[in-house]
Amino acid sequence: MSAPALGTRRPGDGAGRPAGRPRGPSGGSAAHRAASYVVLVGFAVLALGPVVTVLAAALTPERASDGGGLRPQNFAEAWVQGRFGDYMTTSALVAVVVVVAATLLSIMSGYAFGTMEFRGREVLFYLFLLGIMVPSEAVVVPLFFDLRTLGLTNTVWGIAAPQVAQSVAFGTYWMRAYFRTTNRSLIEAARLDGAGSHRVLWSVLVPIGRPAITTLVLLVFMWTWNEFLIPLVMAPAGDLRTAPLGLALFQGQYTQGTSLLAAGAVLVALPVVVVYLFLQRHFIRGMLEGAVRE
Amino acid sequence: MPTSPPAAAEAAAEPAAAAAAPVRARSPRGRATPYLFLAPALVVYGAFLLFPLARAVQFSFYDYDGLTVGTFVGLRNYAAVLTDEGLREAFGHALVLIAFFALLPLLIGFVLAALLVRSRVRGLPLFRTVVFLPQVIAMVVVAVAWRRIYAPDGTLNELLRGVGLDGLARTWLGDYATALPAVGVIGTWYSTGLVTVLLMAGMARVPKELYEAASLDGASPARQLRALTLPAIRPEIAVALTLTIIAALKTFDLVYVTTGGGPGTSTTVPSYEVYRRAFELGEVGAAAAVGVVLTVLIFGINLVVNRVADRSR
Repeated sequence: MSAPALGTRRPGDGAGRPAGRPRGPSGGSAAHRAASYVVLVGFAVLALGPVVTVLAAALTPERASDGGGLRPQNFAEAWVQGRFGDYMTTSALVAVVVVVAATLLSIMSGYAFGTMEFRGREVLFYLFLLGIMVPSEAVVVPLFFDLRTLGLTNTVWGIAAPQVAQSVAFGTYWMRAYFRTTNRSLIEAARLDGAGSHRVLWSVLVPIGRPAITTLVLLVFMWTWNEFLIPLVMAPAGDLRTAPLGLALFQGQYTQGTSLLAAGAVLVALPVVVVYLFLQRHFIRGMLEGAVRE
Repeated sequence: MPTSPPAAAEAAAEPAAAAAAPVRARSPRGRATPYLFLAPALVVYGAFLLFPLARAVQFSFYDYDGLTVGTFVGLRNYAAVLTDEGLREAFGHALVLIAFFALLPLLIGFVLAALLVRSRVRGLPLFRTVVFLPQVIAMVVVAVAWRRIYAPDGTLNELLRGVGLDGLARTWLGDYATALPAVGVIGTWYSTGLVTVLLMAGMARVPKELYEAASLDGASPARQLRALTLPAIRPEIAVALTLTIIAALKTFDLVYVTTGGGPGTSTTVPSYEVYRRAFELGEVGAAAAVGVVLTVLIFGINLVVNRVADRSR
C-alpha cells in the first residue's frame, strides 16, 4: 500500500499537507509503517519468548523412553506427583478469602469516604493511602512473630489476613474514587424513597458500580495468587503451600524433572493468565490508573 | 491484638456529634454511620498492616534473635545499613536493578511508543495484550522460565552456539560477572511492556493537529518529540517510574528463585536480606531495620517522582 493512499483514507487527514514530505511522529509513510511492523512483531516475540520456552518445555517428554512428540501427560503428572493439585487448592482457598473479604471491606470504607462527610475523613484516608506503599518486606517480620504467638501461623487465616489488609488499602482508595464519581441526585432520590445508607449502597450504588468492582476483584485475585513472600513466611510447616511457593520449592528440590517443573509453572500461571486474556481491559486499566495518586 | 486506629475512630465520632450537624446526619444514629461503614476495614487494616509496621519500627531498635528477649540497641541497626559491607552491597545491587527495571524500560518504551502510537498499523490491541502479559504472570513462574533460558544448556547458550559464538556461552546466573545483569534483564523484560503501554496512552492524548502544525513549521521529528511529546507525557513518565522503581526494590521472589542471592553475595538485594537475616540468620532486629529503610525509600521515591511531575505540569 502506498503512502498517498494511506493519507486519504481518513477524512480530514492529509488534506492540507504537502505530499511526500516526511511527517515526523505523526507518521504514515510506507517506511514508517514497515518499521512499525518490524518493531511490533519483534517486541511481541521478545515478550512471548520466555512464555513459549516454558510451554515448550512443559510439553517435552522428560526421558527419551517416553517417546517423541508432545506430551500433555506432564500436566497430569505435575498435578498429582508434583502435588500441584494440592498447592493450587490452597491458593484458591486463600484467594477466595482475600478477594471476598477485601472487596466487601473496601466497598464499605470507600462508600464512607466517597459519599459521606465526617470528622477525620482526610486523616483517615491518608492513613489508608499509606498502606498502598508499604512493602510486604517491612511488615512480614513482626507479622510472623506476633501471629506465631497467637497461633495463627500455618493457617489459612495467617496467610490471608495480612493480604486482606494490603488489598483493603488499595481497595479503599479505588472504591472511593468510584463513589466520588457517582451521581449525587441518585443517592438523594433513593434517600427520599426511604432507603437507608445500607440500601443505597447495596441496592443502588453497587449494582451500577460493577465495572469498578470487577476491576478490584481481578486485581486482588492476581496479587493474592501471585504473592510469594507472605505465604513463604507465614506457613513454615510446609503443609499449607500456595502454588508459587510449591513451584519455588519444587525447583529447589529436583534438579532433574525439568518437564514437570515447567508443567507446574504453566499450571501456576494459568488461572491469572486465562482471566487476563478474557478481561485484559480491567487489568491494564486497574494497574495503570491505580498507580495515579491524586 | 490491641489496635489504636479503631479506638481513634470511636473517639472522633464524639466531637462530630457535638459539632454543627452535617447535611446527611439527621439523627444521632446517622452521625455514627460513616464510622460503622469504615470500622471493619480499619480494624483489619490496623491490626494486620499499621500495627505490624509500628512493630517493625520497634523491632528495629533491638538486637533480637526471635527466641530470647531482645536488648535495646538504639540506632545501631540503622547504622549497620550504612556500615555493614553486606547490606551496603545489597543496596548497591538495588541501584543496579533500578537501572534495569526502570531506566532502560523507560528509554526503550519511549522510542517504541513514539514509533507505534501514530503509525497506522493493524493489531495494536493484540500487541498491547501481549506486551502487558509479563505483568500478570507470577514472578516465580517468570523466574523459572528465565532459569531455563540462562541454564548451561538453555535457550540463550544454544542460540549463541548456533551462531558460532560458543566462546560467549556461560552459566549466566552462576557467573559472578553476569549474574546481576542477568537478573536485571529479567526486570527489563518485565517492565518494558508496562511502560510502553503507559506511554502510548499518554502520547495518544496529544492532539494530532499539534504535530501537523509543527511539521508545517519545519520542526524535525526529533524536535517534535522533545518539544511536544515529552512535556505532554510527564504524568505517565512519573507513573511508569514509580511503578518500576518500586518493582525493582521488591525483587524478593525473583532473587529467591533465580540465584538465592548468589553466587556468593553477588545478587543479594535489600528485600532478600530482610528474609535471610530474619529467618535464616536470626538477626530479626537488623532485618526489621532493613524493611523500615526500604519502606522509607519507597515513600521518598513516590514523593520525589510525583513532586517533579507536578511542578513541571
